[in-house]
Amino acid sequence: MSDMTAPDLTWRAWLLTDAPTSRRHAQLASFYQGWLSLRSNTMAMFGLGILIFLLLVALFAPFIAPYDPFVQSLGNRLQPMGAEGHLLGTDSLGRDILSRLIYGSRITLYIVALVALIAPVAGLLVGTVAGYAGGWTDTILMRITDIFLAFPRLVLALAFVAALGAGIENAVLAISLTAWPPYARIARAETLTIRSSDYISAIRLQGAGALRIITKHIWPLCISSLIVRVTLDMAGIILAAAGLGFLGLGAQPPSPEWGAMISEGRRFILDHWWVATVPGLAIFTVSLAFNLLGDGLRDVLDPKDGGQ
Amino acid sequence: MSLLEVENLWVRFPTRQGVFDAVRGVSFTLDRERLGIVGESGSGKSMTGRAILRLIRKPGIVEADYIKLEGQNLLELTEPQMREVRGQRISMVMQDPKFSLNPVMTVGDQIMEAYLLHNNTSKAQARAKSIAMLEAVSIRDPERVMRAYPHEVSGGMGQRIMIAMMLIPDPQILIADEPTSALDVSVQRQVLDIMDGLVKERGMGLIFISHDLNLVSEFCDRVLIMYAGRIVEVCDADKLHQAQHPYTRGLLNSLPRLDQPRKHLEVLKRDDTWADAASVRGGQ
Amino acid sequence: MTALGIDNLNVWFGTDRDRVDAVKAARFDVAIGESFGLVGESGSGKSTILRAITGLAPTWSGGITVEGKALQGAKRDREFYKTVQMVFQDPYASLHPRHTVDQVLSETLHLHGMADIDARVERLLHDVGLGKRFRFRYPHQLSGGQRQRVAIARALAGEPDILLLDEPTSALDVSVQAEILNLLTDLREEHKLTYLMVSHDLPVIGHMCDRLAVMKDGEIVEIMQSDDLRNNTAKHAYSQSLLAASVVG
Repeated sequence: MSDMTAPDLTWRAWLLTDAPTSRRHAQLASFYQGWLSLRSNTMAMFGLGILIFLLLVALFAPFIAPYDPFVQSLGNRLQPMGAEGHLLGTDSLGRDILSRLIYGSRITLYIVALVALIAPVAGLLVGTVAGYAGGWTDTILMRITDIFLAFPRLVLALAFVAALGAGIENAVLAISLTAWPPYARIARAETLTIRSSDYISAIRLQGAGALRIITKHIWPLCISSLIVRVTLDMAGIILAAAGLGFLGLGAQPPSPEWGAMISEGRRFILDHWWVATVPGLAIFTVSLAFNLLGDGLRDVLDPKDGGQ
Repeated sequence: MSLLEVENLWVRFPTRQGVFDAVRGVSFTLDRERLGIVGESGSGKSMTGRAILRLIRKPGIVEADYIKLEGQNLLELTEPQMREVRGQRISMVMQDPKFSLNPVMTVGDQIMEAYLLHNNTSKAQARAKSIAMLEAVSIRDPERVMRAYPHEVSGGMGQRIMIAMMLIPDPQILIADEPTSALDVSVQRQVLDIMDGLVKERGMGLIFISHDLNLVSEFCDRVLIMYAGRIVEVCDADKLHQAQHPYTRGLLNSLPRLDQPRKHLEVLKRDDTWADAASVRGGQ
Repeated sequence: MTALGIDNLNVWFGTDRDRVDAVKAARFDVAIGESFGLVGESGSGKSTILRAITGLAPTWSGGITVEGKALQGAKRDREFYKTVQMVFQDPYASLHPRHTVDQVLSETLHLHGMADIDARVERLLHDVGLGKRFRFRYPHQLSGGQRQRVAIARALAGEPDILLLDEPTSALDVSVQAEILNLLTDLREEHKLTYLMVSHDLPVIGHMCDRLAVMKDGEIVEIMQSDDLRNNTAKHAYSQSLLAASVVG
């Protein structure tokens, strides 16, 4: 199938058409419409801007960072912000805080990406299967979900890390294990309303099986609300990772994980406030960015008024 | 002077593809009569009703030379003043009573609240008045209905309750937007009869918005036919079946009729000139 | 042979004290090639009969036969789906909001094991009076009438013999209703279809159907010819009152 674009048509007109000419065209057009409505949301674009900036920083960390984040210089320790050569000062071992922050963004993104891959997918699976199957399957799956939900998140994560051992991967695993139940609940609630809709009845009357209905018809509608929820939860995930780092159960020193940096800086918080505050501000900014983006995405992706 | 005069009413919605005009320069007057507005979905009939009460949601814009209620231009009122007008002087009944009633309050509490909001009286008196109101809309067992929650009453009953609530402040104009399309035919008649009686008894003006030509021709005095945001024809309701405009004729002919069986129904052929022609004035 | 046989059909929802009997002892036959109507007010159980036939209402007793084959419970085999298809009431709810017309029809054809899907999609669109340019649109880019045409195309994709029509035009404007009813008339002739149509609108049923059953509170009160409707010779008091309420004054 070829794209039958008339030469005098601009890209914009082609993307905004009401009569797409191929499968790809239809997808691109609907994607572009979504992008346009996201773009009109200033706060969401602000959030997206921060996140793209973070991504670039993480990508080019070795080129941007003025110092090696691990090299200590005890003679130069606890320099204040704006000190010569150290824009954000140095920490208790004389390491440049800016460089550590820049390298730390890699760890933060790594944690966020892994959790964002594991938790919603697990939740989606459990929730849609429970919601569509109903009966015993539903009861059993949802009671398991309830058990996970009943524990405070950090306490459960602590227990997992204690059992698995400290380290970033285990921290990610622990956070994911505590983060999936809310997604399962959302997915189940969505599935329950979708399941009784006419278009699901219609495809059932064509002889479609449960697997096809769940993966091809229910998932696409659940995913958008999950994406929104994930971006809104990102702040919490970063904070949980930082919390584990702070408690010494996440990233291990000398790793420049932001939570671990706060943990190190807390000993000097009264005399040398910037050591703990700067990574704190970084966590705050990124969390805020995710929240703003999530809010904007909700307006674009919410299936209840999707495409209107 | 007419009860309501609308002159050159426009309702616009800015969209990504430019401004969409839902209502385009509509003018009409309303006296103490039953005025029907008919048209298909998207003809702007509901928007016209809402625009009179300035109930168009943002980013929609209402523009008009004037919308005069007994000589007072509603467009010049402030929002708090407008709130006084809504309910007190012009009431509106929507299509589905399920969405208009508060699901967690009993019907009685809601009617009494509406009554107390407009009248400074005791609860006992409000209760007596509410029961009288329910009786006025032919509810046989008002005491029981007062205690019921909205989900416990049927659609027809719910719509009668809504009408009762709307009539409590004794408005001069009632705007009914498809008040019976969610109801079964037999219940439809009852609700219409009740509205008819109340309008006549109180000397109110009624704007009856509907897609159902037969219903409107039977129930109203005068009918405005709307197409693409404009009025294409105005006629006396009992002469609707002799309407001249091809659009009105097309609508009437596309209805299946029990007394005239045929294999294929007549299909309305739309003409672009209908949308471009100037709006017909719906008034004297 | 009858296309559809309904014998002493009971359908209920809930159990014990919450049990609601939606259909009580319904009995009628639809001959092959016939168009049969079910008329009644909301809650009369007319749509429930369709849902019981298709297995969407699993709790029923009595007999349902499709082209001589008796159905059991809620499970339906592939052959059933190739014989019986349904068009739903609300075209705004019966199409997946994230699937293009092309996806809807291709998937349906794939499920029915059809080859040559690309050509068939175009033919289906042509059959229901939609051009090629509608093929890759999402439901929100279509009007109500166009959506209902897509829903009808989907129902026709498996080349069924029997179409169950659940108030197919009640959500549409009268001018669009005329178009859809005409389309259904033509399709019935072209594809030799049997219709079982549910509606609350007597003139629509009178126009579309040869025979009809009037339902009230889950029971069929009268089965009559459409001509009885036109000549006003309905026997049951309830049918007469329905008729009186629908005839233009």
